Amino acid sequence: MSEPLLSVRDLEVSFRTEGGLLQAVDGVSFDLKRGETLSIVGESGCGKSVTAMTLMGLTGGPNARFSGSVKLDGQELLGADDEVMRSIRGDRMSMVFQNPMTSLNPVHRIGNQIVEQIRAHRDVSKKEAMARAVELLDAVGVPDAAQRARSYPHEFSGGMRQRAMIAMALSLEPEILIADEPTTALDVTIQAQILELLKQLNRDFGLTVILITHDLGVVADIADRVAVMYAGRLVETGTLDEIFYDPRHPYSWGLLGSVPRIEGERLARLAQIDGQPPALIDPPPGCRFRERCPHAFGKCGEEPELLSRGETPGHLDRCWLDISERPALRQLPSGLIGLAKPS
Amino acid sequence: MALFALKRLGSMILVLFAVSVLTFLIFNVLPSGDPAVRMAGKQPTETQIEAIRVEWGFDQPIYVQYEKTMQNMFSGDMISYFNQLNVVEEIWKGVPRTFALAIGAAIIWMAFAIALGVWSAMRAGGVSDGMLNVFALIGISMPVFWLGALMNQYLGFELTQILGFELFPNGGYVEFSVSPFEWFHHLLLPWFALSVLFIGFYSRVLRANILETMDEDYVRTARAKGLSERRVMLSHVLRNSMISVVTLWGLDFAVVVGGGAILTETVFNLQGVGQYAADAIGQLDQPPIMAVTMFGAFFVVFFNALIDIVYAALDPRIRLQDGDTAL
Repeated sequence: MSEPLLSVRDLEVSFRTEGGLLQAVDGVSFDLKRGETLSIVGESGCGKSVTAMTLMGLTGGPNARFSGSVKLDGQELLGADDEVMRSIRGDRMSMVFQNPMTSLNPVHRIGNQIVEQIRAHRDVSKKEAMARAVELLDAVGVPDAAQRARSYPHEFSGGMRQRAMIAMALSLEPEILIADEPTTALDVTIQAQILELLKQLNRDFGLTVILITHDLGVVADIADRVAVMYAGRLVETGTLDEIFYDPRHPYSWGLLGSVPRIEGERLARLAQIDGQPPALIDPPPGCRFRERCPHAFGKCGEEPELLSRGETPGHLDRCWLDISERPALRQLPSGLIGLAKPS
Repeated sequence: MALFALKRLGSMILVLFAVSVLTFLIFNVLPSGDPAVRMAGKQPTETQIEAIRVEWGFDQPIYVQYEKTMQNMFSGDMISYFNQLNVVEEIWKGVPRTFALAIGAAIIWMAFAIALGVWSAMRAGGVSDGMLNVFALIGISMPVFWLGALMNQYLGFELTQILGFELFPNGGYVEFSVSPFEWFHHLLLPWFALSVLFIGFYSRVLRANILETMDEDYVRTARAKGLSERRVMLSHVLRNSMISVVTLWGLDFAVVVGGGAILTETVFNLQGVGQYAADAIGQLDQPPIMAVTMFGAFFVVFFNALIDIVYAALDPRIRLQDGDTAL
């Protein structure tokens, strides 16, 4: 086993607000191997974006508090000097954001925005940097790249802007690309193209990707491993197959159950998880999902740890339910939640 | 672009025409505005007044008078009713003084406004931001004639008495060709007196714009690229925050350059176009008022057009098109 490229341990991020201390990320730990694609899934407000931004050192503000550890290749990033973080951002780790319509500066040409990043980290001439920018735009599928590098963002379509964002993020061959809902703002055909591009980059260049999303379809398409997040905590992590074929946490069942399926009987109404996630200011003790969980029982008032409870050591969950009873519990009248294991 | 320029020119001429007609008409409905009575001196006879009316053409229909006035203005033959001096020549005398005041002050107020606006925004919510806010409000609230008078009294007059030499002169203007240093020396107080209001106002507007821009997604992107904080601020935040401030700047500069700094020029006795306007208004002297108004209006419409062009340079989403709509 080689050392993980990125190792996150007990990451906690909290914000002081007028209502009290808001615990946005609460004890998140995971490892990321080189060339792997990890997908962090969860609903809005579960802390997945804050986690990503914190890895990049972009969670700022006088009211933010951090603890835990984020190590890139053994180097501690949490609490690192601003100048150190600046040199890592955009060079060794880069990020693609959710909304390509607003993530590029409207007053600068696309090519120049890429050049700016290259020259922030490398001592190259403008001309060389521009040649590289054009090459990158071409590589991510922007047609007529030399010409289009001179365009302004408003002259690009949404999909093209996201390609430009990806080109920019890749401009210095980062070790890790963090993509925060990169396809959410795009229409479906463009989504598929962008995902295909990410897959191709992962396959051809061994790019390590952290993909933040709420879309399980995207996860199934691209991820090697999945981390399910709920109310600031990881509730289940495992390989793609483990999460889809053998989901263990009732919240994962809820997520998977709410995805429309092509095969089987068509339901009049998609399954949903009733209720709202708990407030992150002074959350109740015990399992965070307890209030919404149809299987909650007395023990759930205590906080379950994130442990491997089955035979697969890498498949962790945070639930008190007896492991042998779980397959029966995820049986719905309409069928089994998750996918049936192929024989 | 050519059509845009042409259209713009057309509308400029239209606005100037409207301004001239309005100013002219206001004079004809003004009580005690009859120039013949005023020109006839003390205790004139009815025949004297009538003679003046005929001589100066005040008995003609109003549109003939308007035409004559405009003709005189553009041919440079316009004569003051009050002192019979050539109005256009008098304005030209004031132009270098007014320009010196306007250009210097505009540079000062923009530089200070940017510095203080950025400083304030970077420390938003802090003590220094709060104090700058109070200072800005004081600056905006102080009338320039009062501030100018205080400056003259304490910095120009009393400080000189204490120090025994003139750190700041007590009003007046020295030609640049006579002594560049004295020119600068005499303009220092007027520049700052005029700038205070604008610094207060612009720095607040810029601060608000910067704070808004800092929340933009593209600023987050700029940080994610690993740019230095300085670079993020200059190239991504400030550039985008300046657009509305540049508009204000163009318009305010146009007003001051066009003789709008009436109070500042008068308090410091600069004898520029503004002070000439003030004198003309005091004497209800129609020709110079007409001429100065047109002079000022010209700069306002001209800078308005110029701002549109600068706008397009600052924000590529706005393109000057041959149609009448931008974007």
